[in-house]
Amino acid sequence: MIKHFIQFEWKQFFRSSYWQKSIGLNILMAFLALYFMLTFLALGISLFPILDDQFPDSDPLLILNGFLFYWFLADLLMRFFLQKLPVMNIKPLLVLPVKRSEILHYVLGKSAVSFFNFLPLFAVIPFGIMLMLEEYGTATALVWMVTMVIFTLIINFLNIIIESRSAETEFSFLPIVLIASGLFALNYFEIVSFSTLLANGINAIDANPVFILIPLAILCVVYYLNYTFLMKKLYVDGSLKAKTQTASTSDMAWTRRFGTIAPFLQLDLKLLWRNKRPRSSIFILIIGLAYGLFFYPNPIYNGLEWLYVFVGIFVTGIFIINFGQFIPAWDSGYYKLLMSQNIKYKEYLNSKYTLMVMSSIIMFVLSIPYVYFGWKILLVHFAAMVYNVGVNTYIILLAGSFNRKKIDLTQRAAFNYQGTGAVQWLVGFPLLFVPVGLFFAPYKFIGFEAGVAFLIILGAIGIVFHQKIMRFIVTKYLNSKYKMISAFEQDN
Amino acid sequence: MIKATELSKKYGGVTVLNIATLEIPKGQSFGLVGNNGAGKTTFFNLVLDLINPTTGNVVNHKIQVNISEDWKPFTASFIDESFLIGYLTPEEYFYFIGELRGMNKADIDVFLSQFDEIFNDEILNKKKYLRDLSKGNQKKVGIIAALIGNPEVIVLDEPFANLDPTTQIRLKKLLRDLTISTNATLLISSHDLGHVTEVCDRIVVLEKGEIVKDLITSAETLQELETYFSV
Repeated sequence: MIKHFIQFEWKQFFRSSYWQKSIGLNILMAFLALYFMLTFLALGISLFPILDDQFPDSDPLLILNGFLFYWFLADLLMRFFLQKLPVMNIKPLLVLPVKRSEILHYVLGKSAVSFFNFLPLFAVIPFGIMLMLEEYGTATALVWMVTMVIFTLIINFLNIIIESRSAETEFSFLPIVLIASGLFALNYFEIVSFSTLLANGINAIDANPVFILIPLAILCVVYYLNYTFLMKKLYVDGSLKAKTQTASTSDMAWTRRFGTIAPFLQLDLKLLWRNKRPRSSIFILIIGLAYGLFFYPNPIYNGLEWLYVFVGIFVTGIFIINFGQFIPAWDSGYYKLLMSQNIKYKEYLNSKYTLMVMSSIIMFVLSIPYVYFGWKILLVHFAAMVYNVGVNTYIILLAGSFNRKKIDLTQRAAFNYQGTGAVQWLVGFPLLFVPVGLFFAPYKFIGFEAGVAFLIILGAIGIVFHQKIMRFIVTKYLNSKYKMISAFEQDN
Repeated sequence: MIKATELSKKYGGVTVLNIATLEIPKGQSFGLVGNNGAGKTTFFNLVLDLINPTTGNVVNHKIQVNISEDWKPFTASFIDESFLIGYLTPEEYFYFIGELRGMNKADIDVFLSQFDEIFNDEILNKKKYLRDLSKGNQKKVGIIAALIGNPEVIVLDEPFANLDPTTQIRLKKLLRDLTISTNATLLISSHDLGHVTEVCDRIVVLEKGEIVKDLITSAETLQELETYFSV
């Protein structure tokens, strides 16, 4: 049976229009993976000599164990944002003579062979070999390596629990950020010193391998929790079927003043508010707004004015990145309707544009209190907003014409978390870093004001030529109309 | 009226539709029958410019559909559930379509009141989103929405499938009355030979993408179709 499952996955992956259309993106992902593998390998090889060199009086293994808490915490955070949940289309299997437990073990087992579980090995194995060479004894080294593998798997399954739970609520990555920062704070202020506890635990395992049974037991528990959690989802009337909500209606009369785009604007606002996936992009706004607090109060970043640009673009553009990159996939479920109705592409796209512009302006206004950290920040945020409105919105709309991945808003199938994963963040890179570069050149050679002015001018040009640019984008959409229709018909 | 000339569609070298010429005059109710894979939905998709023809073209009231979008204001359609917007209530969906077709809320309310029988108290004011309605009720919404704004051309793919018997009978009457009272051109497809012969003035049989029969409906048509398909 497992053989069939693997075959299905293989076919699903290579036969999806997404794969065929985005080979470039896949190559990029492969390069990133390679990069991380090499980085970890270098880390694994060099870590022991570095620790030995820096702390000649202490045992490198003990020092490393002391840092493992941060390692695991970082691992958990990274997974949450980058690792995709194990996905499988189980509904057709439910009526076939396949044991439910078999399906679940397969799905969970599949997550265990994820890239993110192999990545730490690139550091762990070389470090373990160093331990052997440094006469820690083969046994100790092996026990340490096995312990690391077990902990990696624990994090893997823990992440699935956290990620699937948060996917069910609207808070997106709010819970994980709270959990991680909570743990970090408890540890940092030494209320509960997790790092020492963990270090002591692992040291104990190294000293007496019998204790390895404890992490093994934890692994079994998280696996079992996942198992029971997913088991509940395996019924057609349970989580496979979305709960029926009572509809709330409002006529949103205020959108009228936007003229011809009003019906689309209403539709988009309903789309945002009534569906789980897009709704989470509203909650992400809160995170985006708080993002500056990571940087501005910290004296390390004081005077790094190019950083303001990054934060400014992020704060005023987080909605553009999060919502914009799935245009027009948000409407993929009824794209054929839009294409055969009395609708002009221009109005449809203008509505999305207006929505993004509004978000940018609102976020700028809300970020005005950052002026507390300096008037320059306010100025840069304003420039970033103008740049977002005049440049980034168009880029993301244009990128949308290459969008071929359907988003199922109803999420009827369990295990359905489309459009999440590393790619989502990759798309944001050029939007975030190009303006930093654009700011940096005049800033370096002329001065701060020149950098700010340059961004504002670029944005203003975009705003002035709005009609022309939109016409260009509309033709791009028209050209890929048939391709989009047929791609959106596929269930990945 | 709708005119297809030298219209063909190939997928990877396989011809799924090949129509030398087909003309549907204004006001006709036109039925398309054929087994699975005969090309019915492909033809409708070409009429609605949802797929690109390999050769030839479709002209709708002198407008070639894949060149200009000006056919959209007077053409309405319901092909499948992907024409519905799941997160709207039925009313909101009707208002949205109405707005696109230049009708305000009051117009739509008046328009909807004539369909109380078909809605059977299961659709309006139920505080339910379209995605939570049953397949049959979704279909009703889609079909009724396609009638909004007095379109001159109405395209319905398999309108009778998934509907309960009572609604099937009501829908047949509705469609018959419609072509008489508004002079709209109606294009429907169906697997139920009885339904199409009752509703349509003219029936075209497709087989593997080719037109094999083109009949003006008469008392013998049903018999003829049944004989044809029972091989």
